[in-house]
Amino acid sequence: MPEITIIDEIVENYNDVKTPLIYILKDVQKEFGYLSDNVLTRVAKKTKIPLSDIYGVATFYSLFTTKEKGKYIIRCCNNAPCHVNGSKEVLDKTKEYLGIDFGETTKDKIFTLEFTSCLGICAVAPVMMVNDDVYGNLTPEKAVAILKDYKLKGTSNV
Amino acid sequence: MYRIHILMAMDSHTIAQGSREVKEALIRDLALAGISDEVKIVETGSLGISNKGVVLVVFPDDVYYVNVTTNDIPDIISEHLIKGRIVERLHYKKAAVGKGGEKKDERLGKQVRVVLKNAGIIDPQSIEEYIAEDGYEALGHAVTEMTPEQVREEVKKSGLQGRGGAFFPAGIKWDFAAGTEADQKYIICNADEGEPGTFKDRLILEGDPHSIIEGMALAGYAVGATKGYVYIRGEYRMSIEHVQIAIDSARENGLLGQGIFASDFDFDLEIREGAGAYICGEETALIESIEGRRGEPRDKPPFPPAEGLWGKPTVVNNVETLANIPQIILKGAKWYRNFGTEKSPGTKVFTMVGNINNPGLIEVPMGITLREIIYNIGGGIPNGKGFLLAQMGGTTGGILIEEHLDLPMTVETLRGIGAGLGSGALLVVDDSQCPVDLVKNFVEFFNHESCGKCTLCREGTGRLHELLSRLTSGRGEEKDIELVQVLSATMMRGAFCGLGQAAPVPILGCLRYFKDVFIRHASEHVCAANKCEMEAVAETIAA
Repeated sequence: MPEITIIDEIVENYNDVKTPLIYILKDVQKEFGYLSDNVLTRVAKKTKIPLSDIYGVATFYSLFTTKEKGKYIIRCCNNAPCHVNGSKEVLDKTKEYLGIDFGETTKDKIFTLEFTSCLGICAVAPVMMVNDDVYGNLTPEKAVAILKDYKLKGTSNV
Repeated sequence: MYRIHILMAMDSHTIAQGSREVKEALIRDLALAGISDEVKIVETGSLGISNKGVVLVVFPDDVYYVNVTTNDIPDIISEHLIKGRIVERLHYKKAAVGKGGEKKDERLGKQVRVVLKNAGIIDPQSIEEYIAEDGYEALGHAVTEMTPEQVREEVKKSGLQGRGGAFFPAGIKWDFAAGTEADQKYIICNADEGEPGTFKDRLILEGDPHSIIEGMALAGYAVGATKGYVYIRGEYRMSIEHVQIAIDSARENGLLGQGIFASDFDFDLEIREGAGAYICGEETALIESIEGRRGEPRDKPPFPPAEGLWGKPTVVNNVETLANIPQIILKGAKWYRNFGTEKSPGTKVFTMVGNINNPGLIEVPMGITLREIIYNIGGGIPNGKGFLLAQMGGTTGGILIEEHLDLPMTVETLRGIGAGLGSGALLVVDDSQCPVDLVKNFVEFFNHESCGKCTLCREGTGRLHELLSRLTSGRGEEKDIELVQVLSATMMRGAFCGLGQAAPVPILGCLRYFKDVFIRHASEHVCAANKCEMEAVAETIAA
């Protein structure tokens, strides 16, 4: 299906919902992986909301992205409860293993490394999330082992 | 009929530690042992034990097993379920918490369960189980036998204060909304829990979602609103799932919709998901977000009870506040005042995190001391380390030190020392940590989460981050400490919303109690705790 039709259908799905922009962007992002300029322009046209407003929303919330990302998004927490339980060592080791800094994507497009705000599972701090899966009681070694598994999965499926 | 019930905690903590895999193994091995028809497995919310791996309880024996792995299942089945012998190596000696304040076991200290009375006891996906625990009785009683004024009066008499962190009297907020004329009013449940260290709302949403729905319907009846929204953080997938199931089954059972309990009261609910922004916990930013915009706070007044969602009168209540409402209506304000103190009635849910032996969720009467929470219920500080400080209420919370350990935890006593209960997150920090490094961590958080609307918060958090980075890397000077102080005081006075106004609280708190540590970082470039990466630190410690 062409891009335009998919976007139009998503927007029409929310005809009965008052002020549904955030839901529309979520669905559109799910479909295309990220919110490109082209995609946002079409959403603006179809919803009759100014593109500048839509861009403002797309860049405000951390679950939206306007850049292409890796297959697995790693979200590490470094808020105080994780911090006092040794998250810094985990973050450093993760960066070293992937060879990238926070906010970057690996060359093979398998991993994107990001920070997250508190995920509310502080009793098993330090924690990280890989896509929708959550991992707790991390040590630097455990984090690397988890990422190795994903790497294997990620490369074998390509 | 089942001979045995096994309750399995299926919350975010236990799932992160493999509870789903253990459940699958249990189902498989029960079938192998040929006793599948004698044992019923019930998924429930948190059992209040959060860092001990997979947790399950065997009823009617009331035996708790912790750190259960798939390899332990054959033993539990052959020893306990078949022969009736407790598997001691997994046994956790803790009895179920008494409901409504009746303590069953002294080992639990002062824990009572009002808000969490069902969490970890019922199957959160079953409306029948909620109803069996007096669920929806308060709503039925209110809409058929009480006037909206009487409902508000009861909540006012209970003295219930908003549990989102501001502790504004809930009944008075409702009065404002009730007193505003409008063709449409709204109730919003603020479930945008994002304060670091806080997961009380998450476990209520996951473990007892119907209590929120009933609380919102009661609020709707009390103020004349017919529509409600539950605004849940986008990251809380399980909460969203459980609340949606609960809304659907409440609707099927006629507990939401038109003419509830054959009265003329209509009320319906919808979930709205957040998209990742800490600031949306601020009620007007939350409303902006539901309206499909950037979550930036609004100018106040007008406050939401006068002009809120889509310009209509709106009550925004926190999850924990709403979970208290059905109990107050059912058992009365007088019963509720049995718990807590005169000025801070009721219970409070705390989450214990950081350097503590038993991290997790507890519900205690207001007025308990920090010492009781940390050393009796929390099991003290691990690895033989000492107590450095505690932060109460999340990352914007005040700093408490040794001399505050015996202070009763109430809204009024904490206000007296420039702190507050906030979200109820209690971060315990041991004496191997560095307060300057900790403050830098707080500032990183605020810098990331500042929404950018007002200059003082946007630029202020950025400059604070620079200053703290200097101090923690051996590039600081004493005048940097002074700058941190001046900038913090300015933000407190001039920032647009609660985020910028409260961000300096823990910074100034740490400066007040650990000034000497800051000075050593600035003038000698020494971090005694060895947490800050200073170039010169290695030699100094060796010397």
